[in-house]
Amino acid sequence: MEHKLIFKDYNEALKQNKLLGLKCQSCGAITIPPKMVCRQCASSDMEIVELKGSGKIRTFTTVFVASEGREDEVPYTIVMVELEDGPWIMGNLEGIDPSTASMELVGRKVKMGHKIFHGDRYSAGESARPLFSLEQE
Amino acid sequence: MKKVAVVGVGETKFSGPQEKTEVELFAEAAMEAITESNLKPKDIKALFVGNVLGDFAEGQGMVQAFAAENIGCLYVPANRYEGACASASMAIRDAFIWVASGYYDIVLAGGVERAATMGTGLATRTFAMFSDARYEYPAGITFPAVFAMLTHLYADTYKIPLQKLREQMARVSIQSYRHGSVNPRAQFYGKNADMSVEKVLGSFMVATPLTLHDCCPFSDGAAAVVLASEEVAKKLTSQPVYITGTGQSSSGPLGNQSDYLPRIRAREVSSQQAYEMAGVRPEDIDLCELHDCFSIASLIAAESLGFFDYGTAGGAWEKGEADIGGKVAVNPSGGLKSKGHPIGATGAGQVYEIARQLRGEVEPERQVPDARIGMTDTLGGDGGTLVNMIFERGW
Repeated sequence: MEHKLIFKDYNEALKQNKLLGLKCQSCGAITIPPKMVCRQCASSDMEIVELKGSGKIRTFTTVFVASEGREDEVPYTIVMVELEDGPWIMGNLEGIDPSTASMELVGRKVKMGHKIFHGDRYSAGESARPLFSLEQE
Repeated sequence: MKKVAVVGVGETKFSGPQEKTEVELFAEAAMEAITESNLKPKDIKALFVGNVLGDFAEGQGMVQAFAAENIGCLYVPANRYEGACASASMAIRDAFIWVASGYYDIVLAGGVERAATMGTGLATRTFAMFSDARYEYPAGITFPAVFAMLTHLYADTYKIPLQKLREQMARVSIQSYRHGSVNPRAQFYGKNADMSVEKVLGSFMVATPLTLHDCCPFSDGAAAVVLASEEVAKKLTSQPVYITGTGQSSSGPLGNQSDYLPRIRAREVSSQQAYEMAGVRPEDIDLCELHDCFSIASLIAAESLGFFDYGTAGGAWEKGEADIGGKVAVNPSGGLKSKGHPIGATGAGQVYEIARQLRGEVEPERQVPDARIGMTDTLGGDGGTLVNMIFERGW
């Protein structure tokens, strides 16, 4: 059985600021990142949908100790965002001073862009990731 | 299914960078376990070894075959297990299943790692390989970052002011340092016994809100245990430690666990299997070596294992309920925080501690009085692999 949506196509879309997910034709749940089967009911009957990429921050951290090869990036803020469509997705947060990130971020609404990780010797190429920014309140 | 006993245990000192190779480290732990079991290498029918990053640490793959040959376990099946930080517990659990099935009567299981030898940059990079490489690593996820995010989520979920939670978490590190400071095999033996909340909170920030003292160290080391069927065990030792329950579970990327976070659902599934198999409840456990890779990880683990209600474990640590003399003695070895975390060996190190605690053999300052039932809890990745085992005295 082939995947309906694989990383390569998900990644290419994200580079155009399009967030692709899978909508289950059995239970209606949205699965993202893409998988073979629905994250809720394990049905493989899913269709590709474009998600809005907006949601709210559920948790965050600012990283000060980097992996080898990413020392130039610190400090940076990682967020877990609960999308309006339900699933949580990991990305970075821009437009704030990372060293001041605090619990006040939790619950804040965000919108999505993207940023490329150009890859390293282990990563089998580049990957885009969501780059979120705060909605003005 | 046959009853299965731990009949001997061995361990190197857990430490910073070692000069010994992984084969040498594992061989030393293995021979200690074999000798303690009153066995010879030729008696071992199979060898199961947890090893995660030997390829990166020293360019050595397939360490288990070289280790088997090194100690004179010639031509036996030798299997390597990789489940990130839970690798050795996977190896021991599978060894348990093979002995329980009757296929082998004596199996050596354990693990080895040289994470400290890799240095912080490469170790941080390779540990991040246990998050999703495509959907999480691009955002710069690191292992501390996973548990840092769980800390903020924990504070928000249970409505605990972050500062208060951080002070409770500091208590976890302080307790672990105290026990590890009197454990000669611990990485921080003789160190950090005077740790204070202020020092923990004031040490350098790794990933907000986790400081250096919230995080376990990178470690080198090895540990091994010999498992035998009941009939063999009774001939070898008067103090067989029976494995009475085991469980194992898995999960996908952190985001896909969102229905349960900050709880780790895989741990609840795994520990429930172990409790049911053993026929015991959380309140029956005298001591637990649990996976405190970060201070917050102890709180999350102790709750999922059923020792404390959700959101209350921090208070339990403050009141001493997770210490020797409390409801359950957590990590009297010093845990990953102070004993150390050579990831491929960690689970075997936990079993080493439980066996010696049940036999009443550890240093008096950290011996759990009259310990009869012990439990291990080992987490690989951010819930990707979970293994729990329950041990009881056979005398």
